[in-house]
Amino acid sequence: MFAEYSAAELTSIFAMQGFAGLILFSVFVLMALGLAIIFGQMGVINMAHGEFMILGAYVTYLTSNVFANYLPGIYEAYFFVAMIIAFFVTGALGAFVEWAMIRHLYKRPLDTLLATWGLSLIMQQLYRTIFGAREVGVVLPDWLMGSYQVTDMIEVPINGIFVMILTIVISTGVWLMMQKSRLGKQTRAVVQNRPMAAAVGIDTGRVDRLTFALGCGIAGIAGSAFTMVGSTGPTSGQLYIVDTFLVVVFGGATSLLGTIASAFTISQAQSTMEFFLSGSMAKVLTLLTVVIILMLRPEGLFSLKIRR
Amino acid sequence: MLTKARDFLMKGDITHLIILAAIIFVIMPLSMDIFRLNLVGKYLTYAFVALGLVLCWGYGGVLSLGQGVFFGLGGYCMAMYLKLQASTPELTAIQSTPGIPDFMDWNQLTELPWFWEPFHSFAFTVLAVFIIPAIFAYIIGVAMFKRRVGGVYFAIITQAVAAILTILIIGQQGYTGGVNGITDLRTLNGWDIRTDEAKYVLYFINGLLLFGAIFASRYVVKSKLGRLLVAMREREDRVRFSGYDVSNFKIFIFCLAAAISAVGGAMFTLQVGFMSPSFVGIVPSIEMVIFCAVGGRLSILGAIYGTLIVNFAKTTFSESFPELWLFAMGALFIGVVMAFPNGIAGVYQSHISPWLAKKFGSTPKDEETPIMATKKHSVESNEAQVKEPSHAGN
Amino acid sequence: MRSKTLNPTSGVRRRTLLKSLLAIPAAVMLANANFANADMVNTTGLAVTDDTVTVGILHSVTGTMAISETGSVQAEKLAIKQINAMGGVLGRKIEYIQEDGASDWPTFAEKAKKLLVSDKVAAIMGCWTSASRKAVLPVMEQYNGMLFYPTFYEGLEQSPNVIYTGQEATQQILEGIDWASRVKGAKSFYLLGSDYIWPRTSNKIARKHIEKLGLKTVGEEYYPLGHTQFNSVINKIKLKKPDVVFISVVGGSNVAFYKQLKAAGIEMGKEKPLFLTISVTEDEILGIGGENIEGIYASMKYFQSLPNENNKKFVAAFKEEYGDDIVIGDVTQAAYLGPWIWKAAVEKAGSFDIDKIKETLPGIEITAAPEGYVKVHENHHLWSKTRIGHAKLDGQYDVVYESPELIEPNPFPAGYQ
Repeated sequence: MFAEYSAAELTSIFAMQGFAGLILFSVFVLMALGLAIIFGQMGVINMAHGEFMILGAYVTYLTSNVFANYLPGIYEAYFFVAMIIAFFVTGALGAFVEWAMIRHLYKRPLDTLLATWGLSLIMQQLYRTIFGAREVGVVLPDWLMGSYQVTDMIEVPINGIFVMILTIVISTGVWLMMQKSRLGKQTRAVVQNRPMAAAVGIDTGRVDRLTFALGCGIAGIAGSAFTMVGSTGPTSGQLYIVDTFLVVVFGGATSLLGTIASAFTISQAQSTMEFFLSGSMAKVLTLLTVVIILMLRPEGLFSLKIRR
Repeated sequence: MLTKARDFLMKGDITHLIILAAIIFVIMPLSMDIFRLNLVGKYLTYAFVALGLVLCWGYGGVLSLGQGVFFGLGGYCMAMYLKLQASTPELTAIQSTPGIPDFMDWNQLTELPWFWEPFHSFAFTVLAVFIIPAIFAYIIGVAMFKRRVGGVYFAIITQAVAAILTILIIGQQGYTGGVNGITDLRTLNGWDIRTDEAKYVLYFINGLLLFGAIFASRYVVKSKLGRLLVAMREREDRVRFSGYDVSNFKIFIFCLAAAISAVGGAMFTLQVGFMSPSFVGIVPSIEMVIFCAVGGRLSILGAIYGTLIVNFAKTTFSESFPELWLFAMGALFIGVVMAFPNGIAGVYQSHISPWLAKKFGSTPKDEETPIMATKKHSVESNEAQVKEPSHAGN
Repeated sequence: MRSKTLNPTSGVRRRTLLKSLLAIPAAVMLANANFANADMVNTTGLAVTDDTVTVGILHSVTGTMAISETGSVQAEKLAIKQINAMGGVLGRKIEYIQEDGASDWPTFAEKAKKLLVSDKVAAIMGCWTSASRKAVLPVMEQYNGMLFYPTFYEGLEQSPNVIYTGQEATQQILEGIDWASRVKGAKSFYLLGSDYIWPRTSNKIARKHIEKLGLKTVGEEYYPLGHTQFNSVINKIKLKKPDVVFISVVGGSNVAFYKQLKAAGIEMGKEKPLFLTISVTEDEILGIGGENIEGIYASMKYFQSLPNENNKKFVAAFKEEYGDDIVIGDVTQAAYLGPWIWKAAVEKAGSFDIDKIKETLPGIEITAAPEGYVKVHENHHLWSKTRIGHAKLDGQYDVVYESPELIEPNPFPAGYQ
């Protein structure tokens, strides 16, 4: 297969493929980070995670329209503004959902699965009613389009670079928050020993709410970023859930590192297989491998305790 | 105390069974035309899955979000058998390769794949409907439960399995009919299943099989195994420390639920006339969970009622208020979890039953039945262990 | 092949009477508003009265397919409205019963049965995906209905109870590949599609044809429905440097794919490689965004920008009915043809009976179709021309090529199987 190419071409091809793998890795991390935070904190899987992501995407869409109509001069900057707004909007919705629904269900994580699935149906229908059943097109600012010539033969998509930088920024931000900030310390305390944390005066309810909101906010940013690479429609959230859940479960979800390691493994496996096989088989094989590994090591890659 | 309550239940339950039987076998056939009755037959096949979920989720505490896999496996086994019957050389004479199903011909297959061959036999097919899903469930169960994976992890993995199977079926269209499924099924051993009389007969067979499943489930639930399941769902560690191998019970109940769902799938294929991967995936599997939840996850009869009610609502609403229906369905998921976790059966037990008892003069129950009490207990305790395994002595 | 006559003996007498009716010149028939009473034009108990006839519309208005099927519903309703304004069919106004398939194939089958058995509609305009059609097909054949199916599809089907108003694969593909090779000098092809029957079958046909022309297929790939990460295959395309990338990706994957292509620096305007698709109509471009797909070539039988008079009137009428922003894709136009073809067949037969229109359907010609001229073939597909369009920034296509002749539909192409 590689006979017809010169060494230089081959290196450039592998470099580009490696880069594609890294982009996939960043995408997985962004998708899974929000969910992992929530899962690690509360043992809750939010089935509406995809819909929160799409909320971020719709916010971006609205922001781009506002800028196009009222602030065309600084249109190029709208993307940053959109992401910040998306973070707060989805975070706020997350806080509300936690208050209204999730906090009553903490002792029943399986029931939370069902309740959040119901929430996802409602959100999908809301999107359909408000924005229409068709996908909406988000016009990207010029500086995000096209690719960057690294060398003569190696081109990397600019928005891929953007996604990677964004992922690094957010992951670092989350890590810093967890390790250094007061909220982070409180969160870790609640995760490790909830009654004790409550006993020393930490408002566990508030910590839970903020964590859930944070997780949803990150989902919103991810969704906003994905307007560059994917579709924005009422059912687009469904496209991401299986992958996201597997990444989170595979990683063990007790640490950021777990999620990152898991996202890395799965994305590299998938993109390598995609290169040599066809897309469908690669997907099936990746899923199968993850499931089998989970069967052999059900607590995931990084985990502190056995899960029940 | 337990014996007395059980006796009461037995007496009350027979009435309930008779009412359900009357509805299914007498009232509905008499009051509906064959078209609507066929729809009810379809709903009743989903009830098999809901029933299986009552066993493995309600009693066993094992939530599977991929029951569509077993429903589909049973359905595909039956579909393969029926398709072979509809693809005899005489009927398929216009194909390039007569004697094989039409979709294989379009995919330029020239002979029947080896794994289709055994489905020429009715006996094999019936066995396969029970055994293949059970084996599948066994493999998944052994891999998961022996390693004490449960709860949310298990649920997500069943989702992944459903996703994998869907992709495989759609992609391997030469072998499985792909996204279109296996369609145009006509005869079962020479008997045309598309005529109205056939639909009536199939409806009653379906009803009978459903009652068979109900009796089998009640037998399991009321046996020692049933009580162990309840104990296990509540206090898994204690059961384990008492010397039982908890994982074996979970595997058993999961396989049983799989086999029951598969029977539903096979009856679906017979009544609807085709099977497609759209019943195997994540969305239909989760819908089946809602049927069970609405009926009352601990109530065997409730599962049947829940399935019927939700499906009737779906058909009615989606005709008149399609947009509203999706909101309603989402709200149903949330409501069933938050407001009435024991579903309709719970509402019946806590409100209607005492009222009926008062009206008809029998002793009112002033204590909740063991099942309700334990349920209240369980939702808070066992699953709390997911969060705080350090408090094992809870 | 199956056909059912429900009432043989009375049918014979009615048929003799009808045959004498048919002797009356067609012009007189059309002009005569006071028609033969319902019994004469409807011997099989369809929903026909002296003033009205009922048809069914069966599409998804909810679920994932709702996006795509909206256009078909709009087109069918517009056609019905226009036909009614002209006096209806056999002097009867068309009423319709609309059912929602809800993007769920068993629901399609269920609703089709309801329309045929309970509502006794005289025809059904419906379906979009092959899966829905496959589910509905046994119902149509068992209860002897007539379905008008608008989507371009993989062929491999030919039913006496369906009229396929969209192209089948060979019509779209062979012409497209011929054009690429002849006009654009293409020598190598990379085939990329979503993983299900339509792209797989289309690519089989494409591959065989490429071979026949003595050209090369350098890659063939499938991605699951709903897949969203295409960077690997984009790299492979860069690696293999094909002259043409032949695309049959559908649904949500479409948007992701084209956005990622653009992000990877592949300019479709550069035409190296040339991108040729059979799955992107004006409707899909709405979701993808004109700026992401500008420069792609598509092989369809209809584009909204076709410059003939019929189409100009059609587009104007459509916009008047549904708003200026509306776009009209190939499937929408094909759906629009359905009621007209049905009307023509019914009037030629002088009856709504399915068995009678089965006889009159082959050979029906529509000269006022927005795509130009079409004719119904014996195999129930349409003779039609294939065009190649070049996508513009505003989401419309520039028609750059039109097949000189009508292309014969060939759903079971020998040598390609």
